Amino acid sequence: MFKYLPHTQKDIQEMLEVIGINSLDDLFSEIPSDLLGHELDIPKAHSELEIYKRFADLAAKNKYLIPFVGAGAYDHYTPSVIKHIISRQEFLTAYTPYQPEISQGTLQYIFEYQSIISELTGMHVSNASMYDGATATAEAMFMATNVRKRNKILISKTVNPNIINVVKTYALYHGLEVELVEEKDGITNIEDFKNKNSNEYAGIIVQNPNFYGIVEDYSDYRNILDETKGLFIMNHDLGGLTILKTPEEYGVDIAVGDGQTLGIPLSFGGPYIGYLASTKKLMRKMPGRICGVTKDSEGKRAYVLTLQAREQHIRREKAVSNICSNQSLMALFVTVYTAVMGKEGIKEAQANSVNATHYLYEKITKLPKFNKVFKHDFFKDCTIETSLDPKMINQKLLEQGILGPLSIGKYDESKKNLLLFSATEKRTKTEIDKLVNVLEAL
Amino acid sequence: MYYDKLIFEISKEGRKGFSLPKSEFTSHKLENELLRKSDALLPEVSELDVVRHYTNVSFKNFGVEKGFYPLGSCTMKYNPKVNEDIASMSEFNMHPYQPLESVQGTLEIYYETQKILSELSGLHTYSLNPYAGAHGELVGLMIMKKYHMDRNDLLRTKVIVPDSAHGTNPASAVVAGFESIEVVSNSDGTVNIDSLKELLSDEIAGIMLTNPNTIGMFEKDILEIAKLVHDAGGLLYYDGANLNPILGLARPGDMGFDIMHINLHKTFSTPHGGGGPGSGPVGVVEHLVKYLPSPVVKKVDDKFIIEDTNDSTIGQVSHFYGNMGVVIKAYTYLLTVGKENMGNIGRFSVLNANYIKESLKDDYLLPIKGICKHEFVFDGLIDKSEHVTTLDVAKRLLDYDVHPPTVYFPLVFKESLMIEPTETESKDTIDEFIKVMKIIAEEARNTPDLVKGAPYNTVVKRLDEATAARKPLVKYRDLLE
Repeated sequence: MFKYLPHTQKDIQEMLEVIGINSLDDLFSEIPSDLLGHELDIPKAHSELEIYKRFADLAAKNKYLIPFVGAGAYDHYTPSVIKHIISRQEFLTAYTPYQPEISQGTLQYIFEYQSIISELTGMHVSNASMYDGATATAEAMFMATNVRKRNKILISKTVNPNIINVVKTYALYHGLEVELVEEKDGITNIEDFKNKNSNEYAGIIVQNPNFYGIVEDYSDYRNILDETKGLFIMNHDLGGLTILKTPEEYGVDIAVGDGQTLGIPLSFGGPYIGYLASTKKLMRKMPGRICGVTKDSEGKRAYVLTLQAREQHIRREKAVSNICSNQSLMALFVTVYTAVMGKEGIKEAQANSVNATHYLYEKITKLPKFNKVFKHDFFKDCTIETSLDPKMINQKLLEQGILGPLSIGKYDESKKNLLLFSATEKRTKTEIDKLVNVLEAL
Repeated sequence: MYYDKLIFEISKEGRKGFSLPKSEFTSHKLENELLRKSDALLPEVSELDVVRHYTNVSFKNFGVEKGFYPLGSCTMKYNPKVNEDIASMSEFNMHPYQPLESVQGTLEIYYETQKILSELSGLHTYSLNPYAGAHGELVGLMIMKKYHMDRNDLLRTKVIVPDSAHGTNPASAVVAGFESIEVVSNSDGTVNIDSLKELLSDEIAGIMLTNPNTIGMFEKDILEIAKLVHDAGGLLYYDGANLNPILGLARPGDMGFDIMHINLHKTFSTPHGGGGPGSGPVGVVEHLVKYLPSPVVKKVDDKFIIEDTNDSTIGQVSHFYGNMGVVIKAYTYLLTVGKENMGNIGRFSVLNANYIKESLKDDYLLPIKGICKHEFVFDGLIDKSEHVTTLDVAKRLLDYDVHPPTVYFPLVFKESLMIEPTETESKDTIDEFIKVMKIIAEEARNTPDLVKGAPYNTVVKRLDEATAARKPLVKYRDLLE
């Protein structure tokens, strides 16, 4: 007997009799015998006590470092109530809400989540979530090239290189071409964009705040795109949208990004959540689930998956995307985060992060071996130039229990002297001063 | 009482549910042109408001811990509690840019999980990066494409998918830039070899199969199929959605599959979460290992490293390392089950399915006779004289506190009712289900309108889905207009 298998010998016997066979092996008699009987070389069964022992050993091999880097994953505070709510079995162990009468819980939080994404981005409609911000951006590219029937897309070089890489991978196999728009002084080179923009491109992908942390002003982009009927795709930090100008205010057609900044634990990179929101006009071209409001036969307000004719389980090879369910519980996570932090709390957490990052920036760039490099204002990532070896810097910080900056040279050899730092509302002045002291001693 | 308030509808201006430390830093003001014009309309509620609201919302849901959930092809097995406790250990909550020397414990989990998945499936190496089954399919097909591209075999633009396949298969093929073509199934959903032979040519990149298929039938000619496809220059992709019944018994790698994904949220007990986060690791045979997306974790002199595959990989497919939190849960499960019990997962999932099938075949139409694997399909009721449909049966099950099976899939039958009990359900639970299904069949004969009007005991009744699609209301603000 094993704790996850409730069958007694008597049960097995009775069941075999009903089926009309003699042994459990008879259930597999059609499988060619060559395929059966492989002796498995895997670990033995662990009792729960042994499980805890094993994972305590594994945990001891990890060493927590205080992060002073963001670059797509930010160490924001997670209020306690969230884990208690998302651990409720009603949410945790349910499947995709295909039977709406007994899935109103899931459907309602998806509706609340969509409402929150619409409020933050200003867009008309959000889907029920994507895997992460990078894959959401790639899906936005598919959507745009599909809508415009053009197989090329522009992407700014100031977009996080990991996102560019994912977009390029998706494009390569789908048969699309990605053209990079040059950067100038840490922001998208608008002249290069104007030169490259043409009827061949489905549109442009930009990011705000961009990879360097700079908040770019994209006010002129809508008009430029209108000349070529191009679509405007913006990847935006979700938490930052409580403060910054929204994609809708910039005239964006498809807003995407990562929702990790709404309190999702760092978790070594996942699970996070991607979002994708768009205009009323493009609603029926969107990938993923969308929840809508309706009534039941007695007139009660109720929620239901809608516009499913777009989706893979109906349209198969004609679907707009292959995405099915994806990060639903994380949609609940950011919904509960938004509820508990509320209108003021998210703004405060984000503003405190911005303030901490600016404090860090001013302190570090006063040190002789660290310099300011871009003139533009930034959000909660900042770029600093150094004359020192980034590897050496991070090694010294590691010894002090600190996770140092991302070396931008990892992506571009010509920028090997640039470091990307970040601080959130969790970082104290004492912690930042300690970081600065270590750097000063180098 | 029916609770239908939205979090926005219990909001009061000035209320708050959070506390943050007072900022120690000077306030930084960005230029006005960079700021949003007005605040987002977000809830303002107390902490208790939040907790009570979502508790009440949760009561409107049905999870595996409430009752039987025989949803075909979804493998709704029990999600062990210890998995959750382990995954929430703070020592695994690190920034993804921590240097690898400081995350050796996490990398060891990746390494060990890769190894166990390889051994269970018979494929050489895994990448745990893909976020979900559909993501795994896409990654697997990219590998298929890259393989042909590298051989300069550019004519191979078509992927064969059976008509009984999950809808995701043809959709993934198209997203990966292939044309999806259908192979005709035999009446039991297995591949028709003659039809396959006609399709095979130098334009075929490969074939995607689920084995056992969506009707629960094992593809007994799989070795011949593999030979035919390989001889024609194609590769075989295994959709791991139906891996559970052969777990610990037979291996896709031994059948001749070259690429596969595994749904950790199906076979390896991680919770479905109302539709994610899941995890869809992709495994490949040895000659395709170089195409895997990062991270592929290796052990070198007792240190765990992430292999540098920059020169040969299909490319980057997600921002970081995949859903690490889900991987930890699956690894916990794999260790708990272990070598001793692994084969019984497959055996008992198949025993349960066949027991239900044989017990209900006098009331429900069984189009495909014989031993099934972990799931099987009824084509509605046998007695259709009162026009009670599969949808009606499904809705009536709700009144008996059972989650309905998958309905109207696979598409090869008109009234498909696809039942997958999983191995974690006891004979007692299953007997109760059989009893209920028989009662419903009897109701359908004697009081058909009762079944057609179901459900009666749910918080909402049947929904008007047509209006929702015609005039979509997709956010709180739409309700204010």
